[in-house]
Amino acid sequence: MNLTLKVWRQEGPDAAGRFETYQANDVKDEMSFLEMLDNVNEALIEDGREPITFDSDCREGICGTCGLMINGQAHGPQKGTATCQLHMRKFTDGETIVIEPWRAAAFPVQKDLMVDRSALDAIIEAGGYISADTGAPRDANEILVPKPAADTAMDAAACIGCGACVAACPNGAGQLFTSAKLAHLNLLPQGQAERWKRTEDMVETMELFFGSCTNYGECQEACPKEIPIDFIALMNRDYLKSKIKNRKLIGQG
Amino acid sequence: MSTITLDSKVPSGPIEERWDNHRFTMKLVNPANKRKFTVLVVGTGLAGASAAATLAELGYQVKCFTFHDSPRRAHSIAAQGGINAAKNYKNDGDSIYRLFYDTVKGGDFRARESNVYRLAQVSVNIIDQCVAQGVPFAREYGGLLDNRSFGGAQVSRTFYARGQTGQQLLLGAYQALMQQVSLGRVELHTKTELLDVVTKDGVCVGIVTRDLVSGEVRSWSGHATLLATGGYGNAFYLSTNAMNCNVTAAWRAHKKGAAFANPCYTQIHPTCIPASDEFQSKLTLMSESLRNDGRIWVPKKHDDNRAPDQIPEDERDYYLERRYPSFGNLAPRDIASRAAKVVVDEGRGVGPLKNGVYLDFSDAIGRLGQNVVFERYGNLFDMYERITDEDPMKVPMRIYPASHYTMGGLWVDYNLMTNIPGLYALGEANFSDHGANRLGASALMQGLADGYFVVPYTIGDYLAGLLGQAPVSTDDPAFAQAEQGIRDEVKRWISVGGTKSPEHYHRELGKLVWEYCGMARERNGLEKALTEIPALREEFEKNVRVLGDPDGVNQSLEKVGRVADFFELGELMCRDALMREESCGGHFRVEHQTEEGEAQRDDENFSFVGAWEYTGKGNVPNLHREPLVFEFVKPTVRSYK
Ligand SMILES: Cc1cc2nc3c(=O)[nH]c(=O)nc-3n(C[C@H](O)[C@H](O)[C@H](O)COP(=O)(O)OP(=O)(O)OC[C@H]3O[C@@H](n4cnc5c(N)ncnc54)[C@H](O)[C@@H]3O)c2cc1C
Ligand code: SF4
Ligand code: FES
Repeated sequence: MNLTLKVWRQEGPDAAGRFETYQANDVKDEMSFLEMLDNVNEALIEDGREPITFDSDCREGICGTCGLMINGQAHGPQKGTATCQLHMRKFTDGETIVIEPWRAAAFPVQKDLMVDRSALDAIIEAGGYISADTGAPRDANEILVPKPAADTAMDAAACIGCGACVAACPNGAGQLFTSAKLAHLNLLPQGQAERWKRTEDMVETMELFFGSCTNYGECQEACPKEIPIDFIALMNRDYLKSKIKNRKLIGQG
Repeated sequence: MSTITLDSKVPSGPIEERWDNHRFTMKLVNPANKRKFTVLVVGTGLAGASAAATLAELGYQVKCFTFHDSPRRAHSIAAQGGINAAKNYKNDGDSIYRLFYDTVKGGDFRARESNVYRLAQVSVNIIDQCVAQGVPFAREYGGLLDNRSFGGAQVSRTFYARGQTGQQLLLGAYQALMQQVSLGRVELHTKTELLDVVTKDGVCVGIVTRDLVSGEVRSWSGHATLLATGGYGNAFYLSTNAMNCNVTAAWRAHKKGAAFANPCYTQIHPTCIPASDEFQSKLTLMSESLRNDGRIWVPKKHDDNRAPDQIPEDERDYYLERRYPSFGNLAPRDIASRAAKVVVDEGRGVGPLKNGVYLDFSDAIGRLGQNVVFERYGNLFDMYERITDEDPMKVPMRIYPASHYTMGGLWVDYNLMTNIPGLYALGEANFSDHGANRLGASALMQGLADGYFVVPYTIGDYLAGLLGQAPVSTDDPAFAQAEQGIRDEVKRWISVGGTKSPEHYHRELGKLVWEYCGMARERNGLEKALTEIPALREEFEKNVRVLGDPDGVNQSLEKVGRVADFFELGELMCRDALMREESCGGHFRVEHQTEEGEAQRDDENFSFVGAWEYTGKGNVPNLHREPLVFEFVKPTVRSYK
């Protein structure tokens, strides 16, 4: 198939960006979206034009490096699918595709389609861990974890940190990402000791960088791992509980 | 003149006591003195993140580097299947000794016994550590940890977190690392790529990096430097590795004098999705755990074009079950891969390009029901369907072997130090524990063993000797010279002004390496490769086109240096494969096979680690041999029949 691409080009963080139009010809169904862009880049290089900068690494939907707005949708049209897993069979001959970077105040553009997502790391740094210095912890099987708790924690822990939830949100909020990590750790027995402090620290750090949540629910739609917004409710509840009863100070539930 | 001596520093005595005794005899750095030492950790995969976090917890000043935009994106994130540990929770006869035995045998008797035993010993601590961090391993209904079995083992010792074990282990290590960052004990530098290792008087004193956002080239000095920079499977271009995995850190250390061991030991994973066209940028692994319940077969007839469900049972060849009745579909990777190559080469391959074999779940679905099968493998099935548009619950999967893991790497002693004092290598970047073939679920184990439980002890022994010495200043001419070298290199690439992209040359190089140094190697082919690779490299150096600005984000510039290093490495892989006149593990020399087509080892002449010393680009490197001694597991023919 032959496609027309309108791609956002921007020299650097402070440069003004613009759309440029390229032809992608002879695109095969079984190509991935990023392989299609690789081909466009090869052609640009042959022409002596600078290739389009975009991020990707694992190309199997697990590292969270890739991420494009495709026709206004974060990671494109296929549900539960990261950009790198999207295949061209989802598009039709003659189509025009608009490709933009993540657009969010917390994610400044570095170049073309590449953005800086270090704000997500800052949230983890604020408390997204269980303190357990390497040493001699108890035998693993001494900590019983009920299967439902382990399963739900795993559902939440499946977040790949791509930032699509933020990009899809009209407010650029970081709730889905933050709540996924909180649910992972707060649901496990090992995570109880730091539960309240973790919740307050992560939520408050999130608020420094990201917009506020007004329940649009776009985040859940865009998420390649289909992280449900229920986790946001859990986070809000834990945060309120902690604040109201000042649990952070007494360190208990 | 050779400058390399390979002293493995392997302790003696009963194997069970070696690591304990070694820890006892090593020098210690007292807690108050630890903060006087700066350690540079390059790489934030399982090995690097676990090492950086642990060293910081101990009190060392850590500076940590990754070319990724976040430590969490290291390629360890992609590991699916699981991690081994000799917990014997299943009471099925597992033990530290059995894991040790399986790993030595699985590696086809080409690994050091002492290293492997230590790995098996600390495997147990790894699981405890990860659970304490909150890694959500799969559980049974009673709340205990669940296990599964993996290729090359007859016990269930593999711990897993759905099909995302690597992700969860890496997030555990990443979170521990970020905690240390928040405490100010680790200085983290993302989007920062190591481009040179700096030595002074033969000792490693630091590194030179390029900032991938600003383009700035600068030096960092430390008392010790740890390379945890992953494997070199992308030498084949198409592999299951991430697009940005590369050998540059290890290769540049090699150019500064670090020996590179067993480069020809590469692992071809049997269960990957076959390539579908020439634009393919990478191959996707389907976890080996699928072989627990899937049955592998091809039609008995050549060029059979019928749909799989139209081929009756008695016209199918379940070739692994036929050839290896006791291990069947769980035969080790090298064996399963070669067996697939044999049937595809015979013209019995399946799929549109006839380049795959079936992995069929219909028996398992009949036995266990749709739900159980989907619960076990659902996310892998989804992944498969996204790529191929076929549902494995209905149509058998198509799989074919692909480059996946590299057992070779920087030579290290028992302390994980390379032959350059002060320079360590961890995880897939070193050559240490897997011999000529790695068992499934053992790389995650090794990466975390190295980072959490080995290097934090062994590094003290080296640092203790440096007490009272400041790190060499980055104003030292050694650093200035290395920095200038990198600036010149950057300028050179930008000014070549050729016609073809770095990607193009990587793809072409990969074809040569796969053709001549892939699943089967032959003298003639390897000799050809040793002229064709350098010829292609010369063309590349004259004709590559790198556009754009060196001072800022420039992905072509990042790529071109990596491709240049792959060229030199590819040549070394072929040279090593040519030198090793035997077949062992992942290294299969067509000339050395039994009548039944099995690998034929030559213990008399090749029971050694082949460590190469760099002698300049295009020059023949020097080979150094570290003899391998087997005191506990007597080398036998590795039989999985
Ligand atoms: C698809 C797949 C599935 C797998 N499944 C399993 C499994 O189920 N079980 C198992 O045991 N093993 C598995 N493996 C193997 C295992 O995942 C890897 O061997 C292991 O994770 C490697 O970890 P590492 O820490 O050594 O390197 P990596 O995780 O590759 O990390 C390398 C790090 O080094 C950094 N780096 C590299 N070069 C530079 C440089 N020049 N400058 C700065 N930073 C640099 C990178 O940014 C990255 O942070 C799998 C591998 C693949 C590819
Ligand atoms: S919650 Fe979903 S969309 Fe948001 S970062 Fe995680 S995986 Fe990406
Ligand atoms: S490139 Fe890793 S998730 Fe897309």
